[in-house]
Amino acid sequence: MTPLKERLVQLEVLRYNPDTDTEAHFQRYEVMCQEEWVVLDALNKIKADIDPTLNYRWSCHMAVCGSCGMMINGEPKLSCHAFLRSYEGVIRVEPLAHFPIERDLVTAPDDFMEKLKRVKPYVIPKEEKPISEGEYKQTPAQLMKFRQYSMCINCMLCYAACPQYGLTPSFIGPAALTLAHRYNLDSRDGGRKERMEVVATKEGVWECTFVGACSEVCPAHVDPASALQQLKIVGSIDWIVEHLIPGGKS
Amino acid sequence: MSRKPLVRECPPTTWYFRQPRYLRYMSREITSIFVGAYCVLLVVGLQRLAAGPAAWEGFLLALRSPASIVFQFLCLIAAVYHAATWFNATQKAMPLQIGEDFVPGNVISGAHYAVWILLSLVVMFFAGVF
Ligand code: SF4
Ligand code: FES
Repeated sequence: MTPLKERLVQLEVLRYNPDTDTEAHFQRYEVMCQEEWVVLDALNKIKADIDPTLNYRWSCHMAVCGSCGMMINGEPKLSCHAFLRSYEGVIRVEPLAHFPIERDLVTAPDDFMEKLKRVKPYVIPKEEKPISEGEYKQTPAQLMKFRQYSMCINCMLCYAACPQYGLTPSFIGPAALTLAHRYNLDSRDGGRKERMEVVATKEGVWECTFVGACSEVCPAHVDPASALQQLKIVGSIDWIVEHLIPGGKS
Repeated sequence: MSRKPLVRECPPTTWYFRQPRYLRYMSREITSIFVGAYCVLLVVGLQRLAAGPAAWEGFLLALRSPASIVFQFLCLIAAVYHAATWFNATQKAMPLQIGEDFVPGNVISGAHYAVWILLSLVVMFFAGVF
Protein backbone atom coordinates (compact mmCIF):
# COMPACT_ATOMS: atom_id res chain seq x y z
CA MET A 1 0.00 0.00 0.00
CA THR A 2 1.39 3.39 -0.92
CA PRO A 3 1.65 5.74 2.06
CA LEU A 4 -0.85 8.58 2.18
CA LYS A 5 0.56 11.86 0.93
CA GLU A 6 0.99 14.54 3.57
CA ARG A 7 1.18 18.29 3.15
CA LEU A 8 1.96 21.19 5.47
CA VAL A 9 -1.10 23.42 5.41
CA GLN A 10 -1.21 27.01 6.62
CA LEU A 11 -4.51 28.31 7.90
CA GLU A 12 -5.38 31.83 8.91
CA VAL A 13 -8.30 31.55 11.27
CA LEU A 14 -10.43 34.42 12.57
CA ARG A 15 -10.48 34.38 16.37
CA TYR A 16 -12.84 36.19 18.71
CA ASN A 17 -13.17 35.62 22.42
CA PRO A 18 -16.23 37.46 23.80
CA ASP A 19 -14.78 37.37 27.31
CA THR A 20 -11.59 39.27 26.46
CA ASP A 21 -11.78 40.73 22.91
CA THR A 22 -13.54 43.74 21.43
CA GLU A 23 -12.34 42.94 17.90
CA ALA A 24 -11.69 39.77 15.95
CA HIS A 25 -8.18 38.98 14.72
CA PHE A 26 -6.53 36.39 12.51
CA GLN A 27 -4.33 33.67 13.94
CA ARG A 28 -1.98 31.67 11.74
CA TYR A 29 -1.59 27.90 12.21
CA GLU A 30 0.67 25.44 10.42
CA VAL A 31 -0.49 21.87 10.51
CA MET A 32 0.53 18.65 8.78
CA CYS A 33 -2.47 17.28 6.86
CA GLN A 34 -3.19 14.38 4.60
CA GLU A 35 -3.72 15.27 0.98
CA GLU A 36 -7.34 14.12 0.84
CA TRP A 37 -8.45 15.92 4.00
CA VAL A 38 -11.03 18.67 4.15
CA VAL A 39 -10.68 22.01 5.97
CA LEU A 40 -12.66 20.62 8.92
CA ASP A 41 -10.06 17.86 9.36
CA ALA A 42 -7.34 20.48 9.50
CA LEU A 43 -9.27 22.40 12.16
CA ASN A 44 -9.78 19.21 14.16
CA LYS A 45 -6.05 18.50 13.98
CA ILE A 46 -5.28 22.04 15.18
CA LYS A 47 -7.73 21.67 18.06
CA ALA A 48 -6.33 18.28 19.04
CA ASP A 49 -2.61 19.01 18.70
CA ILE A 50 -1.98 22.77 18.72
CA ASP A 51 -4.74 24.92 20.19
CA PRO A 52 -7.61 23.38 22.19
CA THR A 53 -9.23 26.83 22.61
CA LEU A 54 -10.31 27.03 18.96
CA ASN A 55 -14.11 26.95 18.63
CA TYR A 56 -16.20 25.87 15.64
CA ARG A 57 -19.32 23.80 15.00
CA TRP A 58 -19.57 20.51 13.23
CA SER A 59 -21.34 17.21 13.57
CA CYS A 60 -21.81 14.85 10.64
CA HIS A 61 -18.61 15.34 8.58
CA MET A 62 -20.63 14.33 5.52
CA ALA A 63 -22.43 17.47 4.32
CA VAL A 64 -25.83 16.59 5.73
CA CYS A 65 -26.17 18.30 9.12
CA GLY A 66 -25.42 21.82 7.88
CA SER A 67 -23.56 22.92 11.01
CA CYS A 68 -20.01 23.44 9.73
CA GLY A 69 -20.56 26.42 7.40
CA MET A 70 -17.65 28.89 7.26
CA MET A 71 -16.14 31.43 4.91
CA ILE A 72 -13.18 29.73 3.27
CA ASN A 73 -11.10 32.18 1.26
CA GLY A 74 -14.12 34.47 1.27
CA GLU A 75 -16.54 31.87 -0.06
CA PRO A 76 -19.33 30.33 2.06
CA LYS A 77 -18.58 26.59 2.27
CA LEU A 78 -19.29 23.54 4.37
CA SER A 79 -15.86 22.99 5.91
CA CYS A 80 -16.44 19.22 5.80
CA HIS A 81 -16.90 19.53 2.05
CA ALA A 82 -14.02 21.91 1.28
CA PHE A 83 -11.12 19.73 0.16
CA LEU A 84 -7.63 20.98 1.00
CA ARG A 85 -6.43 19.95 -2.45
CA SER A 86 -8.65 22.67 -3.95
CA TYR A 87 -6.64 25.39 -2.20
CA GLU A 88 -3.14 26.73 -2.61
CA GLY A 89 -1.20 28.86 -0.20
CA VAL A 90 -2.62 30.12 3.06
CA ILE A 91 -6.26 29.17 3.58
CA ARG A 92 -8.27 31.92 5.22
CA VAL A 93 -11.06 30.63 7.46
CA GLU A 94 -13.68 33.00 8.86
CA PRO A 95 -17.10 32.56 10.46
CA LEU A 96 -20.10 32.76 8.13
CA ALA A 97 -20.54 36.32 6.88
CA HIS A 98 -23.60 38.38 7.84
CA PHE A 99 -24.11 36.59 11.16
CA PRO A 100 -22.91 37.86 14.54
CA ILE A 101 -19.84 36.00 15.76
CA GLU A 102 -20.43 34.16 19.00
CA ARG A 103 -16.87 32.91 19.45
CA ASP A 104 -14.13 32.17 16.88
CA LEU A 105 -15.85 30.40 13.96
CA VAL A 106 -19.15 29.95 15.78
CA THR A 107 -21.92 32.31 14.67
CA ALA A 108 -25.27 33.15 16.26
CA PRO A 109 -28.06 31.69 14.13
CA ASP A 110 -30.89 33.26 16.19
CA ASP A 111 -32.06 35.57 13.40
CA PHE A 112 -32.35 32.71 10.90
CA MET A 113 -34.24 30.57 13.42
CA GLU A 114 -36.71 33.37 14.07
CA LYS A 115 -37.26 33.87 10.33
CA LEU A 116 -37.76 30.16 9.76
CA LYS A 117 -40.55 30.21 12.34
CA ARG A 118 -42.23 33.17 10.69
CA VAL A 119 -42.77 31.39 7.35
CA LYS A 120 -44.51 28.42 9.04
CA PRO A 121 -42.33 25.70 7.50
CA TYR A 122 -44.68 22.78 8.10
CA VAL A 123 -47.76 21.34 6.45
CA ILE A 124 -50.92 23.15 7.51
CA PRO A 125 -53.50 20.56 6.41
CA LYS A 126 -56.25 21.76 4.07
CA GLU A 127 -58.69 19.91 6.26
CA GLU A 128 -57.98 18.16 9.52
CA LYS A 129 -58.90 14.52 9.60
CA PRO A 130 -58.71 11.99 12.39
CA ILE A 131 -55.72 9.62 12.44
CA SER A 132 -58.13 6.72 11.93
CA GLU A 133 -58.77 7.98 8.37
CA GLY A 134 -55.14 7.30 7.49
CA GLU A 135 -52.35 9.30 5.92
CA TYR A 136 -52.52 12.27 3.56
CA LYS A 137 -51.57 10.65 0.26
CA GLN A 138 -49.46 12.16 -2.49
CA THR A 139 -48.54 11.05 -6.01
CA PRO A 140 -44.88 10.97 -7.16
CA ALA A 141 -45.63 13.91 -9.49
CA GLN A 142 -47.03 15.93 -6.59
CA LEU A 143 -43.89 15.12 -4.59
CA MET A 144 -41.55 16.12 -7.42
CA LYS A 145 -43.18 19.54 -7.56
CA PHE A 146 -41.46 20.58 -4.31
CA ARG A 147 -38.88 17.86 -3.65
CA GLN A 148 -35.85 19.95 -4.61
CA TYR A 149 -36.90 22.69 -2.18
CA SER A 150 -37.22 20.18 0.65
CA MET A 151 -33.51 19.25 0.46
CA CYS A 152 -32.34 22.27 2.48
CA ILE A 153 -29.99 21.38 5.34
CA ASN A 154 -30.30 24.81 7.05
CA CYS A 155 -26.59 25.49 6.67
CA MET A 156 -27.15 29.24 6.13
CA LEU A 157 -24.48 29.44 3.41
CA CYS A 158 -27.04 31.19 1.22
CA TYR A 159 -27.45 33.93 3.84
CA ALA A 160 -23.69 34.39 4.01
CA ALA A 161 -23.62 34.70 0.21
CA CYS A 162 -26.56 37.09 -0.09
CA PRO A 163 -25.50 40.77 -0.15
CA GLN A 164 -29.11 41.84 0.32
CA TYR A 165 -29.24 40.02 3.63
CA GLY A 166 -25.91 41.56 4.62
CA LEU A 167 -27.14 45.07 3.81
CA THR A 168 -30.73 44.66 5.02
CA PRO A 169 -30.81 42.16 7.88
CA SER A 170 -34.62 42.34 8.10
CA PHE A 171 -34.76 40.44 4.76
CA ILE A 172 -36.31 37.05 5.47
CA GLY A 173 -33.72 35.57 3.15
CA PRO A 174 -33.22 32.67 0.75
CA ALA A 175 -33.60 29.47 2.78
CA ALA A 176 -36.64 30.53 4.84
CA LEU A 177 -38.49 31.88 1.79
CA THR A 178 -37.62 28.75 -0.15
CA LEU A 179 -39.13 26.62 2.59
CA ALA A 180 -42.28 28.74 2.46
CA HIS A 181 -42.45 27.97 -1.26
CA ARG A 182 -41.82 24.28 -0.60
CA TYR A 183 -44.89 24.08 1.67
CA ASN A 184 -47.00 26.27 -0.61
CA LEU A 185 -46.34 23.76 -3.40
CA ASP A 186 -47.29 20.76 -1.27
CA SER A 187 -50.57 19.19 -2.36
CA ARG A 188 -51.48 18.39 1.26
CA ASP A 189 -51.05 21.97 2.39
CA GLY A 190 -53.64 24.69 2.84
CA GLY A 191 -51.45 27.35 4.46
CA ARG A 192 -50.45 29.36 1.38
CA LYS A 193 -52.50 32.42 2.28
CA GLU A 194 -51.00 32.66 5.79
CA ARG A 195 -47.48 32.27 4.44
CA MET A 196 -47.91 34.76 1.60
CA GLU A 197 -48.80 37.44 4.16
CA VAL A 198 -45.22 37.11 5.41
CA VAL A 199 -43.58 36.22 2.09
CA ALA A 200 -45.06 38.72 -0.41
CA THR A 201 -43.77 41.76 1.46
CA LYS A 202 -40.87 44.18 1.29
CA GLU A 203 -38.97 42.13 3.89
CA GLY A 204 -39.95 39.01 2.02
CA VAL A 205 -39.35 38.27 -1.66
CA TRP A 206 -39.41 41.92 -2.74
CA GLU A 207 -36.11 42.54 -0.97
CA CYS A 208 -34.53 40.01 -3.34
CA THR A 209 -32.87 41.57 -6.40
CA PHE A 210 -31.86 38.23 -7.88
CA VAL A 211 -28.13 38.36 -7.34
CA GLY A 212 -28.30 34.57 -7.56
CA ALA A 213 -25.37 33.99 -5.17
CA CYS A 214 -27.53 31.81 -2.88
CA SER A 215 -27.99 29.19 -5.58
CA GLU A 216 -24.32 29.23 -6.54
CA VAL A 217 -23.15 28.40 -3.00
CA CYS A 218 -25.93 26.03 -1.90
CA PRO A 219 -24.32 22.64 -1.15
CA ALA A 220 -27.65 20.81 -1.42
CA HIS A 221 -28.56 22.13 -4.90
CA VAL A 222 -31.77 23.61 -3.56
CA ASP A 223 -31.55 26.61 -5.93
CA PRO A 224 -33.22 29.09 -3.58
CA ALA A 225 -33.00 31.86 -6.22
CA SER A 226 -35.45 29.95 -8.39
CA ALA A 227 -37.92 29.55 -5.51
CA LEU A 228 -37.77 33.28 -4.79
CA GLN A 229 -38.39 34.26 -8.43
CA GLN A 230 -41.35 31.88 -8.51
CA LEU A 231 -42.69 33.42 -5.30
CA LYS A 232 -42.47 36.86 -6.92
CA ILE A 233 -44.69 35.62 -9.75
CA VAL A 234 -47.15 34.04 -7.31
CA GLY A 235 -47.23 37.24 -5.23
CA SER A 236 -47.79 39.40 -8.31
CA ILE A 237 -50.64 37.22 -9.58
CA ASP A 238 -52.25 37.30 -6.13
CA TRP A 239 -51.99 41.11 -6.13
CA ILE A 240 -53.52 41.42 -9.62
CA VAL A 241 -56.39 39.10 -8.72
CA GLU A 242 -57.04 40.98 -5.51
CA HIS A 243 -56.75 44.56 -6.80
CA LEU A 244 -57.51 44.58 -10.50
CA ILE A 245 -60.09 41.87 -11.08
CA PRO A 246 -63.59 42.84 -9.88
CA GLY A 247 -64.74 40.41 -7.22
CA GLY A 248 -61.29 38.74 -7.35
CA LYS A 249 -60.71 38.84 -3.61
CA SER A 250 -60.75 35.29 -2.42
CA MET B 1 -21.91 32.74 30.67
CA SER B 2 -23.07 35.97 29.08
CA ARG B 3 -23.18 36.43 25.32
CA LYS B 4 -21.41 39.24 23.52
CA PRO B 5 -21.79 38.50 19.82
CA LEU B 6 -19.60 40.54 17.48
CA VAL B 7 -21.37 42.06 14.49
CA ARG B 8 -19.30 42.65 11.39
CA GLU B 9 -21.08 45.14 9.12
CA CYS B 10 -21.42 44.52 5.39
CA PRO B 11 -19.64 47.52 3.77
CA PRO B 12 -22.55 49.47 2.19
CA THR B 13 -20.68 50.93 -0.81
CA THR B 14 -17.89 48.47 -1.56
CA TRP B 15 -19.51 45.08 -0.97
CA TYR B 16 -19.64 44.23 -4.67
CA PHE B 17 -15.84 44.09 -4.88
CA ARG B 18 -15.85 41.17 -2.45
CA GLN B 19 -16.81 38.53 -5.02
CA PRO B 20 -16.60 38.29 -8.83
CA ARG B 21 -20.23 37.12 -8.81
CA TYR B 22 -21.28 40.39 -7.16
CA LEU B 23 -19.49 42.32 -9.92
CA ARG B 24 -21.33 40.23 -12.51
CA TYR B 25 -24.58 41.13 -10.79
CA MET B 26 -23.71 44.83 -10.72
CA SER B 27 -22.78 44.78 -14.41
CA ARG B 28 -26.22 43.33 -15.16
CA GLU B 29 -27.89 46.05 -13.09
CA ILE B 30 -25.82 48.80 -14.74
CA THR B 31 -27.04 47.76 -18.19
CA SER B 32 -30.45 49.11 -17.19
CA ILE B 33 -28.98 52.64 -17.13
CA PHE B 34 -28.19 52.29 -20.85
CA VAL B 35 -31.59 50.78 -21.56
CA GLY B 36 -33.23 53.68 -19.70
CA ALA B 37 -31.09 56.25 -21.53
CA TYR B 38 -32.08 54.75 -24.88
CA CYS B 39 -35.75 54.98 -23.90
CA VAL B 40 -35.23 58.68 -23.22
CA LEU B 41 -33.68 58.99 -26.69
CA LEU B 42 -36.78 57.37 -28.22
CA VAL B 43 -39.08 59.77 -26.34
CA VAL B 44 -37.01 62.74 -27.58
CA GLY B 45 -37.32 61.29 -31.10
CA LEU B 46 -41.10 61.16 -30.79
CA GLN B 47 -41.17 64.73 -29.55
CA ARG B 48 -39.02 65.84 -32.52
CA LEU B 49 -41.32 63.97 -34.90
CA ALA B 50 -44.32 65.81 -33.47
CA ALA B 51 -42.48 69.13 -33.88
CA GLY B 52 -42.44 68.84 -37.68
CA PRO B 53 -40.27 67.66 -40.60
CA ALA B 54 -37.38 70.07 -40.00
CA ALA B 55 -37.04 69.04 -36.35
CA TRP B 56 -37.20 65.36 -37.32
CA GLU B 57 -34.48 65.77 -39.96
CA GLY B 58 -32.29 67.50 -37.38
CA PHE B 59 -32.85 64.63 -34.98
CA LEU B 60 -31.89 62.06 -37.62
CA LEU B 61 -28.75 64.03 -38.40
CA ALA B 62 -27.81 64.14 -34.72
CA LEU B 63 -28.29 60.34 -34.54
CA ARG B 64 -25.62 59.93 -37.24
CA SER B 65 -22.92 61.82 -35.34
CA PRO B 66 -19.99 59.63 -34.23
CA ALA B 67 -20.73 60.20 -30.52
CA SER B 68 -24.34 59.18 -31.05
CA ILE B 69 -23.32 56.03 -32.94
CA VAL B 70 -20.94 55.03 -30.12
CA PHE B 71 -23.75 55.64 -27.59
CA GLN B 72 -26.22 53.55 -29.59
CA PHE B 73 -23.68 50.76 -29.96
CA LEU B 74 -23.12 50.70 -26.19
CA CYS B 75 -26.89 50.66 -25.66
CA LEU B 76 -27.22 47.73 -28.04
CA ILE B 77 -24.56 45.71 -26.21
CA ALA B 78 -26.13 46.55 -22.83
CA ALA B 79 -29.64 45.66 -24.05
CA VAL B 80 -28.51 42.32 -25.52
CA TYR B 81 -26.62 41.43 -22.32
CA HIS B 82 -29.60 42.44 -20.18
CA ALA B 83 -32.00 40.44 -22.36
CA ALA B 84 -29.76 37.37 -22.22
CA THR B 85 -29.64 37.44 -18.40
CA TRP B 86 -33.42 37.83 -18.40
CA PHE B 87 -34.02 34.90 -20.73
CA ASN B 88 -31.58 32.75 -18.78
CA ALA B 89 -33.59 33.55 -15.65
CA THR B 90 -36.87 32.37 -17.19
CA GLN B 91 -35.98 28.72 -16.59
CA LYS B 92 -35.72 29.44 -12.87
CA ALA B 93 -38.84 31.56 -12.61
CA MET B 94 -41.09 29.43 -14.83
CA PRO B 95 -40.34 25.73 -14.44
CA LEU B 96 -42.57 23.45 -16.46
CA GLN B 97 -43.46 20.07 -15.00
CA ILE B 98 -44.85 17.32 -17.21
CA GLY B 99 -45.81 14.28 -15.16
CA GLU B 100 -42.97 13.62 -12.73
CA ASP B 101 -40.31 15.35 -14.82
CA PHE B 102 -39.38 18.94 -15.43
CA VAL B 103 -38.78 20.25 -18.93
CA PRO B 104 -35.00 20.95 -19.14
CA GLY B 105 -34.17 24.55 -18.31
CA ASN B 106 -32.39 25.27 -21.57
CA VAL B 107 -35.54 24.32 -23.50
CA ILE B 108 -37.48 27.00 -21.59
CA SER B 109 -34.80 29.65 -22.07
CA GLY B 110 -34.29 28.50 -25.67
CA ALA B 111 -37.99 28.98 -26.43
CA HIS B 112 -37.73 32.56 -25.17
CA TYR B 113 -34.71 33.22 -27.38
CA ALA B 114 -36.60 31.76 -30.36
CA VAL B 115 -39.62 34.02 -29.78
CA TRP B 116 -37.28 36.99 -29.30
CA ILE B 117 -35.58 36.36 -32.64
CA LEU B 118 -38.94 35.84 -34.34
CA LEU B 119 -40.41 39.07 -32.96
CA SER B 120 -37.23 40.96 -33.87
CA LEU B 121 -37.56 39.71 -37.47
CA VAL B 122 -41.21 40.83 -37.56
CA VAL B 123 -40.25 44.28 -36.26
CA MET B 124 -37.41 44.50 -38.80
CA PHE B 125 -39.82 43.46 -41.55
CA PHE B 126 -42.25 46.25 -40.69
CA ALA B 127 -39.34 48.68 -40.41
CA GLY B 128 -38.54 47.84 -44.04
CA VAL B 129 -35.16 46.20 -43.41
CA PHE B 130 -35.91 43.36 -45.83
S1 SF4 C 1 -30.96 26.70 0.76
FE1 SF4 C 1 -29.00 25.64 0.46
S2 SF4 C 1 -27.46 27.14 1.19
FE2 SF4 C 1 -29.43 27.81 1.99
S3 SF4 C 1 -29.60 26.92 4.04
FE3 SF4 C 1 -30.59 25.49 2.61
S4 SF4 C 1 -29.01 24.03 2.01
FE4 SF4 C 1 -27.96 25.78 2.94
S1 FES D 1 -20.27 18.62 9.63
FE1 FES D 1 -22.34 18.29 9.00
S2 FES D 1 -22.45 19.44 7.18
FE2 FES D 1 -20.36 19.60 7.69
